[in-house]
Parts: sequence; C-alpha cells; structure tokens
Amino acid sequence: MIELKEVLETNDMILHENLDVRTITMGISLLDCISPDLDSLCDNVYSKITDRAKDLVSVGDDIGLEFGVPVINKRISITPAALIGGSACKGPEGFVRIAEALDAAAKDVGVNFIGGFSALVQKGMTPADENLIASIPEALARTERVCSSVSLGSTKAGINMDAVRIMGETVLKTAERTKDRDSLGCAKLVVFCNPADDNPFMAGAFNGVTEADCVLNVGVSGPGVVKNALSQVRGEGFEVLCETIKKTAFKITRIGQLYAKEASRRLGVPFGIVDLSLAPTPAVGDSIADIIHEMGMEYAGAPGTTAALAILNDQVKKGGVMASSYVGGLSGAFIPVSEDSSMAEAAAIGALTLEKLEAMTCVCSVGLDMIAIPGDTPASTISGIIADEMAIGMVNQKTTAVRVIPVIGKGVGEVAEFGGLLGEARIMPVNKYGCADFVNRGGRIPAPIHSFKNRGGPPPPFFSISYDLT
Amino acid sequence: MNRVIVTLTGKDRVGLIAAVCTYFAENGINILDIKQTTVQEFINMMMIVDMDGYSGTFASMSEGLDAVGREIGCVIKAQREDIFDMMYRIRGWPHDRAERGP
Repeated sequence: MIELKEVLETNDMILHENLDVRTITMGISLLDCISPDLDSLCDNVYSKITDRAKDLVSVGDDIGLEFGVPVINKRISITPAALIGGSACKGPEGFVRIAEALDAAAKDVGVNFIGGFSALVQKGMTPADENLIASIPEALARTERVCSSVSLGSTKAGINMDAVRIMGETVLKTAERTKDRDSLGCAKLVVFCNPADDNPFMAGAFNGVTEADCVLNVGVSGPGVVKNALSQVRGEGFEVLCETIKKTAFKITRIGQLYAKEASRRLGVPFGIVDLSLAPTPAVGDSIADIIHEMGMEYAGAPGTTAALAILNDQVKKGGVMASSYVGGLSGAFIPVSEDSSMAEAAAIGALTLEKLEAMTCVCSVGLDMIAIPGDTPASTISGIIADEMAIGMVNQKTTAVRVIPVIGKGVGEVAEFGGLLGEARIMPVNKYGCADFVNRGGRIPAPIHSFKNRGGPPPPFFSISYDLT
Repeated sequence: MNRVIVTLTGKDRVGLIAAVCTYFAENGINILDIKQTTVQEFINMMMIVDMDGYSGTFASMSEGLDAVGREIGCVIKAQREDIFDMMYRIRGWPHDRAERGP
C-alpha cells in the first residue's frame, strides 16, 4: 500500500521542484512519402504527420492530468529530410518548401517543435545534403517550429571538414536571417558528432533510418528534484552523494517509463526509449548549475566542475537504467547556457568560460549548447569551435554537439533574449585568434584508431633499458 | 479495480473529510483507505479510491474535486495510483502483466 509520505514527496517534487516529463516525442518515418514531384512529396509529408500525430497532444495532456506530473512538450521527429527530398528538390528552394510543409503539419497537430530537417554527412555529402544545408538559413527564418540538425562526424567515419567549414558559414547566415529576433534561428540548429537516432530532445531530434515507421520516445527531466535531494545530504561523502543521485534518477525515470508505456498504449504506437536526461529550463531551481553548486562548487565553472558533472552524468545513468526497459537517446545531464538560469549567471560573472564548457562536454551527455557569442565572430572561428567539439565526440565515442548563437549586432556582455524555454544569456567572449588556414584545408579527418590507448607519451621504461643494453 | 490517490492539503477544520466523502458517495466512487496527519492547524489527507463505479471521465472527477476544494478552501488533487507504484515499488505493473497474459 502506498504511504502518505511517498505521495507527499512526489507532490512536493511537482509543486516546488519543477518535476515534469520534458517531452513525448513521436518519431515518424517519412521514407514512404518520397516522390519525384515536390508537390506530392509535400502533400504526403503533411498527410502522414497529421495522421499519425493527430492525438499526440491530447493524449500527452490527458496522461499529465491523470498521473499528476505535467508533460511539458509534445514533439515530432522525422526521417532526416535530406533522405526524402533528394529526387524532388533540384535546389535549396525545394527543401524550404519541405520545411514549410513540416511547419504547417506541426502547427496543425499542435506540437511546439518538429525535428529532422537534417542531413547525415559525417563522411560525404550528396547533392541533396548540400541543397538541404544551403536551405537551412532560409528554412529556419521562414518557419517557426522546424528544427534542423547536421551530423558532421562519427567515431567510425571521422570528421567531414568540408561540411564543418560550410556549417560555420551556415550558422552565421542563419543568424543574419533572424537578426531581428536576436538570431533565434540558430537556437533551432545543431551540429552533431555520433548523433542518436532515437533522441527525443530538440533541436537535434530526428527519426533514424533504422527506426520503426512510428515510435514514441520520452525525455524525462528533474534537475530541481536532484538538487533538492542533494541539499538533504550536505557535507556527506561521495558514496552518499552518488547513492542519492542514483535513487532520485530512478524515481524520475520510472515516471518516464510509465508515461511512455501509457502513451504507447493509448496511441497504439510502439514504445521506443526513455531518454534519461536532466534537462534544465530557465525556471528558478530547474538548473544543472544549481546541482553543481550544491555538490560544492561556488559557481558552475569553478575547478572541480568537470568532476562533479562526470559524477552526475554517470549516476543519472546508473539510477535510470534499471528504471526503464529501454534506455536510449542522449541520456545524461545537459549543460545549455541560456536555457539554465544559473549557468547563464555563472557565464555572466565569468566563472564559466567557453573553454571550461568545452572541457565539461567531455563528460556531459551532449555538448556546447545554447551559447550566445558575438555576432562578429568569423565563420572560420565557428567552424573551429565545431571541429574541436566533433573531435571530442569522435575520439571519446560519445555524442557531442554544438548549438552556438552568434547574435548579430551584439557584442560581449550584452544580453540576448530568446524567449520561453530557450531563455536568455549574456554574450560570452570567444578566443580572438584565428584558425581559418586549418578550417580551409578541405577534406576529411580520418577515423581515429582504437588501440594503443595511453601510448601517446614517452616509451615505457622497459624499452629504454633494452635500448641502453644494445 | 481503477485505483486513484486523492490528496487534500489545507487548513484543518470540521467537515473537510465529510465534504470529500459526500462527493465520492454521490458519484459512486468507493473509498478503500484513508490516512491523514495534522501539523498544528494544517491537514494532509490521502485517500485511495476505486473509480470503477464512476460513470464520468477522470477529467470530470478531477474538476468535481476542484470544485469541492474551492468550496472548503483546500487543494484537492487526484492521481492514478500507478505513478506511485512505479516510483516507490519495484515490481511489475498493469501493462506488463497484461502483455504476459494471465
């Protein structure tokens, strides 16, 4: 029998600690919508999405009402658009039309974002990939709910540096096209290394080609709940710290599992995965930086932050894995800046720098996220930032991403406002020294070797001795 | 069995539980268990009820309880029991069992 204190604890989490299910994302394959005629392609895409997702929002709201934990976002992810538009789109304009069809479908079914205006170019680009990438600035300026992502590298393929160079320029063009809204277009554009096919979170969600025709993925949240649990064990050792995070992550993920199964049953769509992520929002108390502070850092970004984040990420996974029958997506702790008010504050006072964030991405679940940079940052520098982040993902066999926003017309220290869940942030300084000659070399970075680990330094003593003997 | 957990929080006074119980009685909702604590003048009450005999939807019951809450000056919240079972108990849950068969 359920105890009163368990019920009260849960309701406290909902009421005071921003406990929610962050997103129920329906993955829809659009491979069967392909047509050589652009009009029929757009019609097929619109009809399939509005048919499959017509009840998504109402079911999400009903479940939230009945179980008491709100579902904040209902979203859709689709097959990477470059794969479906190849024969119909002769140029970038064709892909803009597809983006508009996606936007119309998203508005019709009431989801707040639709992801998958994407290309996977980690090894090379087809003409369709090139056209889609060229259409991104216009597509994101003309649509409201479409999110775009481009995969630029992977551990198995290496890094496509031609695409990295183009994406640096594309980010800047997207910023320019939406400069009247603090370059908001860039908040809907992310580049990846080792992307996840079943990620339910935006801006990087897409329904990978190995996924089913229609599938439900759920992203949980709950930084406020973890922070509050940790505030009960101040001063305790790492064992207690880790156990507390694990137990809390277990409870949060169980809600995700329940919601995923329930939504799957009500919609008649198979359950895909639960993404065990701690996803912050700009709301006070719903912050990863607050957890890091609670763990003992004066501000996020202080020495020790990377270790704290590594603990957090690992314990969230350990606690969450047993709570769900299928775990996937990005799973871990997100470290966006503008979407997390305490991260934004740490960045504003200079405790958190771009370089420290880069170090943190080695142990977090994704990468450099929602970082406002000066609008006059050169495209080659953005490409350099992307290349660094892709390299971290490639070598460490993890997902990494870059979602930076060069805010056109604003400089270091000024505030960029994106609104809603995207939040606001002070513009961070970027290293002013150039890397254009590196970025412009062209070609690919070969895939890394995965043997001979830790052999980068001097030879071990044994070899020096044998050398001396000869 | 369609079990729902109903919680009431607010300032304690005579007749709070009677008001909630009357609502349930009038709507064919059976009360399975009641627990409560009072700290100074505040009350935390939890009921487990069975909605099987209720003809309306979950949303209509929720609205009905909201109305009772407004009348008596308390916050009343209804949630399906599954969520607490999932969070606090390690065992199978209804859908898993249904998939396996009897």
